[in-house]
Amino acid sequence: MKNIIKRISALLAGVMVLCSQPLEVCAEKGYTYNYDWWEDVQYSPDLYEVIGVFTASDLGITDKFSSPQGLYVCGSTVYICDTGNNRIVEMERTKFNNFSCKRIIDSFQGDVETTTFASPTDIAVSEDGYLYIADMNNGRILKLDQDLNYVMQFDKPVDSTIDPSASFLPSKISIDTAGRVYCVATNINQGLIKYENDGTFSGFVGATKVTYDWTDYLWKRLATKEQRAQLASFVPTEYSNLYMDTEGFIYACTVNVTEEDLAAGNATPIRKLNLMGDDILVRNGSFPVVGDLWWNGGTSGYDGPSLMTDITALDNDIYVGLDRVRGRMFGYNDQGNLVFVFGGNGNMDGYFRQPAAIDHMGHDLLVLDSVDCSITLFAPTEFGGLVYDAIEQFQDGKYYESGETWKQVMVQNGNYDLAYIGIGRSLLRQEKYHEAMEYFELKWDYKNYSKAFKQYRKEWVEEHIVMILLVLFLVICLPLFVGKVKKIKHEIDTADIFKV
Amino acid sequence: MTAFLNKKEGFTHYLGTLKYALYVITHPFDGFWDLTHEKRGSIAAANTILFLTLLVRIMKLQFTSFVFLQVYWEGINILLYLASVLFPLALWCVGNWGLTTLFDGKGTLKQIYMATCYGLTPYPLIQFPLILFSNVVTYDEAEFYGVLSAISLIWAALLILAAMIQIHEYTVKKTLFFTVATGFAMLVMIFILLLFFSMISQGIAYFISIGREILFRM
Repeated sequence: MKNIIKRISALLAGVMVLCSQPLEVCAEKGYTYNYDWWEDVQYSPDLYEVIGVFTASDLGITDKFSSPQGLYVCGSTVYICDTGNNRIVEMERTKFNNFSCKRIIDSFQGDVETTTFASPTDIAVSEDGYLYIADMNNGRILKLDQDLNYVMQFDKPVDSTIDPSASFLPSKISIDTAGRVYCVATNINQGLIKYENDGTFSGFVGATKVTYDWTDYLWKRLATKEQRAQLASFVPTEYSNLYMDTEGFIYACTVNVTEEDLAAGNATPIRKLNLMGDDILVRNGSFPVVGDLWWNGGTSGYDGPSLMTDITALDNDIYVGLDRVRGRMFGYNDQGNLVFVFGGNGNMDGYFRQPAAIDHMGHDLLVLDSVDCSITLFAPTEFGGLVYDAIEQFQDGKYYESGETWKQVMVQNGNYDLAYIGIGRSLLRQEKYHEAMEYFELKWDYKNYSKAFKQYRKEWVEEHIVMILLVLFLVICLPLFVGKVKKIKHEIDTADIFKV
Repeated sequence: MTAFLNKKEGFTHYLGTLKYALYVITHPFDGFWDLTHEKRGSIAAANTILFLTLLVRIMKLQFTSFVFLQVYWEGINILLYLASVLFPLALWCVGNWGLTTLFDGKGTLKQIYMATCYGLTPYPLIQFPLILFSNVVTYDEAEFYGVLSAISLIWAALLILAAMIQIHEYTVKKTLFFTVATGFAMLVMIFILLLFFSMISQGIAYFISIGREILFRM
């Protein structure tokens, strides 16, 4: 009896230890990492390295930047909205690791009242070379030509849903090929404001659908009028930033996410909007596109989910979100698989104090830090270059080459899930199904595994059709035959003639 | 010679009782009545069925295609995994027996254990072929796997209900009521066990700290 109690107690102790053990995840060491299928952190060689950190003095500008907010890259030209100094700095990347200041824009010519800026927060350049500037505290979006002549401006939209007394604060803008302006404005949560190229307001795009479940409904029915007023009202989310990719899709990000939504998998902090404003982001990854999966800061002191403050999309459909909580960059591929995470908070090169904006120049990334008043330039390392090569080769239909490149990636990092899946997908295209299955199985990619297995099964059945039919024949006919023999034997045994 | 014959007879009896499980799962009411009243079942066969259930649970982990079951091996403790079947089973038998003896239940603890184990028969019976089946189907055909797997569980649950009706000679309504009541009894037992062990560990910790204190002062 004692023994039994002892055993049960040991068992219960085991159960309790198992239940109470906190998940040991420390994402604080190491600069670049990724998650495996089990959502465990897997450290990785760096995909990006810091080429340089540039402050105003590095660019030959005497007075230092003051809380810069906006960053825009156009060819080799970089625009920085030096918001606190009410000016825009245009600079040119002269060398791989150097920038030089081209001009400082703090006023323009034109037939308007104010020809200076008040807290410009964003700038965009259209294909035909016009500058669009979100002149926030003047409540307007300016359109200037390359010689800084005033062309036109986009004012506060006239719409019944917008409070006419509230000031209009455009903060982030993007221009499409037809010259239409998409704008994120502070305190406007109906979505992105869309202007036609002649300046008329044509509606909101990409408003989040407001959903509520039946429990909310029940609460609202039971609550008194005063209580109802105190309940959080269900409003669509406000976007924090947007980026228009080369195909005209808008990548938008929002920081209005709750931990409950993220945990339930309902939150969409990163969205890809089509012309209708529908979210068409592909989310085929094994975990959602939300940035960090583990929010417990541990010793770092940064708690809570990632908050995406800006986003940019490279030409190979990899999009990079910038997390302002931990100063990290999250790169996802077109299928929603995490390609890399790197960065952090701090004063060293490659770490940030208050990252505000991100943009890209080819494969290089530029990040603007609004407290440190600097831009950091990242370029892919050899490893990062290989990953990009492999992804682009696959997109170009060079499946065999892509597989070979992924193999090189795997040599450098055996914990990189995308390499295994990449090799598998390359083999799948080469119709080597059985080999592809092995790679998919190693990294738990059961959807691709099933695709390969389906083909392999078909081939196997076609090869072994004779054997299969033979086995089926035997299974069906043998019992029949045995039954028949037994019946005859029984009849003989009981036949009258043999009775003596 | 007689010993050998007895042994052989015993083995034949065991096989007969094991084979009877197949009759029970298709004719539950009739089957469970005869199981105890006509002595057509045996504890040995019940143990075998329980062993097969445990075996199939472990084999599932290793041999089911990863498309259907992804096992995080670092987090698996085989003993705890087996206990996840045995512990509730023990609680169920004891809880059910404790309650039904007070309310005119005719079954003994032994009979409850035996009938419950016989009721588990569909689980290994379906899950064994399902392990093989999982390795020849793809993600698109996952529904078949899910449905068959669910059938094995629902079938077993219904069989255990039928077993309780026949063993205790209860009506359906009364059985359902006592099944729910047994659930609560199990919770109460878990609560008391947890309380008991936390008290014991605190008591031990108290004496250890007194001992330490004395050692420090000496």
